[in-house]
Amino acid sequence: MKCVVIGGNVKVLGKAVHALSRIGDELYVEPTENGLSLRAVNSSRSAYACFLFAPLFFQLYEAGGPDAHGELFRCKVLMKTFLAIFRSLPSLEKTVSKCLISLNPRASRLVVQLHYKYGVTKTHNLSFQECELLQAIFDKQLCTSTLCASARVLVDAVVHFPVTLAEVTLGVGPSGKVSLRNYVDEETEPSKTMVTELCLSEDEFQDVRVPQETQVTFCLKEFRGLLSFAESSNLPLSIHFDTPGRPAVFSLEDPLLEVHLVLATLADSNASSQAQTANGACHKCAADEDFAVDDLESYMIAMETTTVPLPVLWVSADTVAGQSSPYSQPRGAGRGQ
Amino acid sequence: MRFRAKILDVACLNHFTRVINTIAKLAKTCTLRLTPGKLYFILTDKVANGGVSMWCELSQGNFFDEFQMEGVAAEHNEIYLELMPENLSRALKTAQNAKTVKIKLTNKHCPCLTVAVELPSLASSSRIVTHDIPVAVIPRRLWNDFKEPSVPDFDVSIYLPVLKTMKSVVERMKNLSNSIVIEANLNGEMNLKIETDLVSVTTHFKDLGNPPWVLDGDSQNSTQDRDPETMAEARVDIKKLQQLLAGQQVNPTKALCNIVSKRIVHFILLHEDVYLQYFIPALA
Repeated sequence: MKCVVIGGNVKVLGKAVHALSRIGDELYVEPTENGLSLRAVNSSRSAYACFLFAPLFFQLYEAGGPDAHGELFRCKVLMKTFLAIFRSLPSLEKTVSKCLISLNPRASRLVVQLHYKYGVTKTHNLSFQECELLQAIFDKQLCTSTLCASARVLVDAVVHFPVTLAEVTLGVGPSGKVSLRNYVDEETEPSKTMVTELCLSEDEFQDVRVPQETQVTFCLKEFRGLLSFAESSNLPLSIHFDTPGRPAVFSLEDPLLEVHLVLATLADSNASSQAQTANGACHKCAADEDFAVDDLESYMIAMETTTVPLPVLWVSADTVAGQSSPYSQPRGAGRGQ
Repeated sequence: MRFRAKILDVACLNHFTRVINTIAKLAKTCTLRLTPGKLYFILTDKVANGGVSMWCELSQGNFFDEFQMEGVAAEHNEIYLELMPENLSRALKTAQNAKTVKIKLTNKHCPCLTVAVELPSLASSSRIVTHDIPVAVIPRRLWNDFKEPSVPDFDVSIYLPVLKTMKSVVERMKNLSNSIVIEANLNGEMNLKIETDLVSVTTHFKDLGNPPWVLDGDSQNSTQDRDPETMAEARVDIKKLQQLLAGQQVNPTKALCNIVSKRIVHFILLHEDVYLQYFIPALA
């Protein structure tokens, strides 16, 4: 794969890498027919982000030829290393005129070359690892509710919450009032925690299609990463969500770039206590990469007692191929660690 | 028990926020006393605070456009609440361009001070942010714990140097030592000293001036008989001093300290309409 980014798009690429770095420790680089896809997932599989840059985003884009299995070569690199190349966005904007990225399966390095003013060129050779396909299962069309707003509105909304806040609850009430509230989990004493709630009226949004009152709780930290990208791109942000527990999808679209952030949402804590215990157990076990037998049992219990099937955020290539190890079962959406 | 107040003026809001930020730097938890005319932020000298105590008094009329309260009873028309000023500081932080800020005492999942901020927005209706800050109501029988501290029988009273300078000196010293000696005399001289095994550093301030205290009783005589060159000193925890100085965002109108040799250092800071007293006990 070989691609060249020039001018202002170098900064856009840099900002995308910054947003992805808020999600996971590894950057998945995947050239496709439709463009270059950069993806990341967090360790508990509760957050997934994908930036797809169309061929027109680049001055030059060559996806490379398919291998013996008919697949294009893909790899993953350490996020820290890739981010370091694009660390300083102001200097990228001012001094970098061209960025060349090339991935040769036969070579053992991913090459990122930045061409600066005054004839300086910096070449970074990153080692990579081959990897499986990283693809979250989600379908925006299946989400019952949609909100669309300019990033500015949302950025101004989240500024009222402390930077360290983990989770936020987005609710749509009667008469289209949209609220954002910090989520206080059951373990924290309510009389010790400050509760902040922001109400936005329907007309601050470009589109509100929410058939019934609903509330979803998701991780704010990962959402903030996307928000700061959205703010600089000036594109409207759409939020697609469904019932609590089903993943929420945040997306930005434009002819050159498609961005999706999929976040797991908390299963409804207002449900009956039995279901609550089940959901609680599910959160804990989803956090472990390897299920211990006990946790798997409670996970199984959760499957049985809740009427809404637990969200399937994540399917690995193994499962798609039909291997039957219990440990590669579709994993529930737990909270990110 | 009821309390509702409203701030409409931006300058008043900024000023109130600055006061709250100062208090938040001095105390993790403190008592808010509300009376019809004034607000008080009080910290009593419990062991948990390291023996420091604070008394901050504001006239509500200088900040609020509306202020209504009803205390626990007619004869005791006051409200005492325990809260974390950091929460109030956070609530006000993003409210600086608000149209109005309302503060009221509510009972949600527990007694709360609710701060409702009305923000300008492009839409027809304003954006409202509410912050519910949990508070604890302090019963009347404990009100005696929160009396205004009296000015101690000091050995030396002196005006402080420019706080910005004092702050940067103390901040550098904090890296070298855990305690600092504050000494001053009636000749307007003050020294800040630290001493460790490896190094000792002293900063000298001159021509500070000594405030003229008019006190009843014999205490004043002993001060007048005092040799102006003799230093009164106290060794205090440097972090407490640094916290006090760090919280001062604007130079006060009047800043002085009273030193009771080897016992306590009493700071009085007057900034326009805010009166702050802060006591730091001497280390053993």
